[in-house]
Amino acid sequence: MSTTLFDKVWDSHVILKINDGPDVLFIDRHLIHEVTSPVAFLGLKSRNNTVLYPNRTFATADHNTPTINQHLPVEDPLSANQLKALAENAAEWGITHWGLGHQKNGIVHVVGPENGITLPGATIVCGDSHTSTHGAFGAVAFGIGTSEVEMVLSSQCIMQPKPKKMRINVNGKLGFGVTPKDVALFLISKLSASGATGYFVEYAGDVFKNMSMEGRMTVCNLSIEMGARGGIIAPDEKTFNYVEGRLFTPKGAAWDKAMDYWKTLKSDEDAVFDEEINFLASDIEPMITYGTNPGMGTGISDYIPKAESVEGGVASYRKSLEYMGFHEGDKMIGKKVDFVFLGSCTNGRIEDFRAFASIVKGRKKADNITAWLVPGSHDVEAKIKEEGLLDIITAAGFELREPGCSACLAMNDDKVPAGKVAVSTSNRNFEGRQGPGSRTMLASPLVAAATAVTGVLTDPRTLLINS
Amino acid sequence: MAYEKFEILKSTAVPLPVENVDTDQIIPARFLKATERVGFGDNLFRDWRYNPDNTPKADFVLNNPVYKGKILVGGKNFGSGSSREHAVWAVYDYGFRCVVSSFFADIFRGNCLNIGVLPVQVSAEFLDKIFKAIEANPETEIEVNLPNQTITLLESGDQESFEINSYKKENMLNGYDDIDYLTKMKAEIQDFAEARPF
Repeated sequence: MSTTLFDKVWDSHVILKINDGPDVLFIDRHLIHEVTSPVAFLGLKSRNNTVLYPNRTFATADHNTPTINQHLPVEDPLSANQLKALAENAAEWGITHWGLGHQKNGIVHVVGPENGITLPGATIVCGDSHTSTHGAFGAVAFGIGTSEVEMVLSSQCIMQPKPKKMRINVNGKLGFGVTPKDVALFLISKLSASGATGYFVEYAGDVFKNMSMEGRMTVCNLSIEMGARGGIIAPDEKTFNYVEGRLFTPKGAAWDKAMDYWKTLKSDEDAVFDEEINFLASDIEPMITYGTNPGMGTGISDYIPKAESVEGGVASYRKSLEYMGFHEGDKMIGKKVDFVFLGSCTNGRIEDFRAFASIVKGRKKADNITAWLVPGSHDVEAKIKEEGLLDIITAAGFELREPGCSACLAMNDDKVPAGKVAVSTSNRNFEGRQGPGSRTMLASPLVAAATAVTGVLTDPRTLLINS
Repeated sequence: MAYEKFEILKSTAVPLPVENVDTDQIIPARFLKATERVGFGDNLFRDWRYNPDNTPKADFVLNNPVYKGKILVGGKNFGSGSSREHAVWAVYDYGFRCVVSSFFADIFRGNCLNIGVLPVQVSAEFLDKIFKAIEANPETEIEVNLPNQTITLLESGDQESFEINSYKKENMLNGYDDIDYLTKMKAEIQDFAEARPF
């Protein structure tokens, strides 16, 4: 045997291989949300098709929802209309739907794992590029377009050419204050925003073995930001412990049978990858981005590179810095910041709130900072309260909002104004991503917290040592 | 949704020599609120094309009447980021039938093929030739020939071939899509589903 983990999961779902064409891939679990599904349901109707397996699709409202006053009617008529369409389509076809206000509601990539929708060895798709998140469980999970959402609804399959395989090994021990987000931003800065395009990436080595499930989700989530279709990590005891007993997890004999299979899910020792890359954990420090794609990142204590020293076009690089209002050679630490966002499918889980609270505890929010703290789900929100984190962040002058995608893509009212700078724990620093004209620096929850209490970009290690 | 067949497209082209054009630029998230596939072309490249007060930005290529045509030529890593198919709907609705770049993001490429926009990947050198040819003469015509899998600068005769798998090529030539194919496989899919452990 010389197959990779990815091969094992992918190949076991191929119904048909088309000569000089894509594979017909069976999809175990399909997640939908209000933004990329309405046109798929319209297409389904216009072809007189039906939803083949409603029990394999799960709906949650997240992209376009307010993060305050969720008990009141949604004010924006267009957003309200999308939420209504999702509810109606789910009801019409008998699809599980967790709408606004439902106790299970939250960001699609947070509630999937929380409820055992996400399982090792499964194929999982969603009309959202950060579906790669679910690879943290040893699933083959990736984002799809709306035509493919319709495909999955009507046939439970999609047609995809099989990606190439890459393995990224990070060995050694992560330094003080270095989080899974920093590992991912480091990898993207090394590979560039397109360096893994065409590949499915397996993450291996000490760093990922020792990482929590939440951390693995953060890393796999960001796979798409280096162009990869998805990321995958071999399931282990940590994975099985996380999955066991959740709402849609197999139970009893089905669990035992699943476990027998899941234990086989790892790359064979002699497995061959199209590309294999090694990094050392000790080379990674807390990261920050300075440009308008996630590949434009650097260690927080560093300076913005000169255009000549980076790969790619000088003109595009300079355009990007100009948008940010930054210059080549600028020092990152001490940059003025206006907004801090903690949340998203990247960093909206309980561990992220623990990290944030660990720094703001006993300190005060800086006056110049507007902070949005948005849990990934009601489950996360409940844990924040249970663990006493709400008291800590409230005492520090922060407020907790209600779950949703929020300022990550700013479809709702959580928009960073033009020209303002945000330190954000989300996944994209594209032009205008957090609101027209907004400027985004991507960072970990620790960096976000340190910045939120000082008012300028701050290395969290300085505060962690002090406390 | 079936789409127009694609065979040979002869057209002038609109140049956008910027790298890493992400789908948030092609269509910003605030324009994703529709529940039907209509009118997305109006907001194609919205924030590059219009000022905050909705007046056109004179220096953006789509606002320059000199550049027009059914082919959009973009820099490396075109269509990165969000999986939003709305980006390709906007490209199509605006009137483009073909996007040329030296490198496409995976999901964007797939979305193009699914709705009948042909993504043509050329070498970095050929992309440069196209940009230079359009710069020298905005009326430069480009022929994209799907049956032969070639792209040609008609003025100079410069030509390069491009790749597309034969399944997708057949689909584009006939205006078929994957759902047409999968619908015919229903019995096979149901047998497979029966045997799945979860």
